[in-house]
Amino acid sequence: MKYAVKRIAMLLCTMVVVSFLTFAAFHMISGSAATAKLGTEATAEAVEALEEAMGLHRPFLVRYGEWLLGFFTGSLGESYQYSMPVAQLVAPKLQVTLCLSIMSFVLIAVLSIPMGVMSARYAGGRLDAVWTACNQVGMAVPSFFIGILISWLCSVVLHWFVHGQFPGFEQNLWGSLYYLIFPAITISIPRIATTSRMLRSTIMSEMQKDYVRTAIARGNDRSAVLWRHVLKNSLVPIVTFLAQGMAEILAGSIVVEQVFGVPGLGRLMVASINNRDLAVVQALVVIMAFWVVLSGTVADIINQRIDPRLSLGEGK
Amino acid sequence: MKKKKINGFLLTGLLIAGFVVGCIVLGFFWTPYPPDAMEAGAPHTAPCFAHLMGTDKFGRDIFSRVLRGAGTTLTIGVSTVALGTVGGLLIGSLTGYFGGTVDAFLMRVGDVLTAFPSVLLAMVILSVLGPGSKYNVVLALGLVFIPTFARVTRTAFAGLRDVNYVKSARLMGASSPRILVRHILPNIMPVLLPAITIGFNNAVLSEASMSYLGIGITPPEASLGYMLSEAQGMFARDPWYALCTGFTLVLLVFGVGLIGEGLQRRGREVF
Repeated sequence: MKYAVKRIAMLLCTMVVVSFLTFAAFHMISGSAATAKLGTEATAEAVEALEEAMGLHRPFLVRYGEWLLGFFTGSLGESYQYSMPVAQLVAPKLQVTLCLSIMSFVLIAVLSIPMGVMSARYAGGRLDAVWTACNQVGMAVPSFFIGILISWLCSVVLHWFVHGQFPGFEQNLWGSLYYLIFPAITISIPRIATTSRMLRSTIMSEMQKDYVRTAIARGNDRSAVLWRHVLKNSLVPIVTFLAQGMAEILAGSIVVEQVFGVPGLGRLMVASINNRDLAVVQALVVIMAFWVVLSGTVADIINQRIDPRLSLGEGK
Repeated sequence: MKKKKINGFLLTGLLIAGFVVGCIVLGFFWTPYPPDAMEAGAPHTAPCFAHLMGTDKFGRDIFSRVLRGAGTTLTIGVSTVALGTVGGLLIGSLTGYFGGTVDAFLMRVGDVLTAFPSVLLAMVILSVLGPGSKYNVVLALGLVFIPTFARVTRTAFAGLRDVNYVKSARLMGASSPRILVRHILPNIMPVLLPAITIGFNNAVLSEASMSYLGIGITPPEASLGYMLSEAQGMFARDPWYALCTGFTLVLLVFGVGLIGEGLQRRGREVF
């Protein structure tokens, strides 16, 4: 319990640092936001006046403080491009991306664990060789290319869904979830490849240990030893790796949302970068960073539950 | 010194990547048709001998376009990795060898940065630098890869800091730069080389993703990523455009990935 509290405190510290760096980075270029809104033709006075109105002239730390406070009260500033509160703009898209990420995560966990274990069990065999080859290919194919192929195969050839017509959660919940399956598969393919490869090497090194040899020597079934003892002992790196995958999923979803025309955070981010709508980009960066750091923290807490010895090394 | 074996992964990878890179380098000097020429052939031609990868709806020769696009991709991948490796080596070698507070601090920063997805980070940096320019793309991606390389080299340098041959070199009065460059650097190659190949692949894939999203390389300059986004719109009529562009990219990354895998396995044999 103490460990969890400590981790959460660390999470908050990290987030303050991340948000400060983000704010500082965007602060350096925020002058151009006014120019972006008015166009390059605008007179210097007009730009000046707008900067004044947007509060760009006040001291850096004051604005940072207000902005940080805004995160807790739910006001994230205003989008220059859409002239609406960032929170309102982001909330519906966050739902979609969150949903997509969770679906991809489940797919990765469910598929890569058995594949990794089997490939370690039959290491050097034919199944292992085929799977290793698949992994190499899976890691080489960029996710958006997989996306293009899947969207072509499933929508143009097989007519399983209509490309580019995401129904939206309010209109059609099940239809939306169904639509998200295809991007979720796209996102998870490269990650399944890396996760199961990592699992394979973790399990193989765990199988070198004495207790495994003893268990097998005592006449236990090889597969039973693998699933019951080895997998349990390799859980810590697996959980860590899956949590790191959360970041990859997020990155993948940004690109894949574009391929499938899913209105999520990724598309908003791309549009905002192109429009130089920095208030939105800034908020998105912090939200995504929070997501990444949060999944790391959750993984650490789970790992500590699995293996209480881990918290002992925390003293340094 | 023992002669190092070339294993199957390395050989296959070298052959595939060598072939693709060879074609790309050829493309710098000569393409069958000018890449942007309309009506280089009849529109919507399927792949044939005159047009190895067919033509698109404007009659542009896709093979020529892919060669030039892959050229841009390769250039960006190589320069990004060069930037990342040099920056990472400088930081990683110094912090790893000397240690101390700076080391601890930089590694904490590195932890946070490497936890964040590289494409995302590059996109954010690019949005600060201003999207669309080739140099900004390289700079953004290079900056993103520095922490990764720094961490790899730091671990390697820290591991070799106190081995006997380094200690003896120090006793014999060798200066720190000399120890770093002449004694440690050659010995971390088995770690560094695979990291470079992986970094190259990440750079190529990240650049392709960003250009696909329209915030990396933008026309008139073309990279494979941008071409894929263009090809997606033409998929129904000219599927070979997307397929050939995509497979060129896959083949390059796959080949380099195999080289990395081979180097890693060879490194394990040597140690």
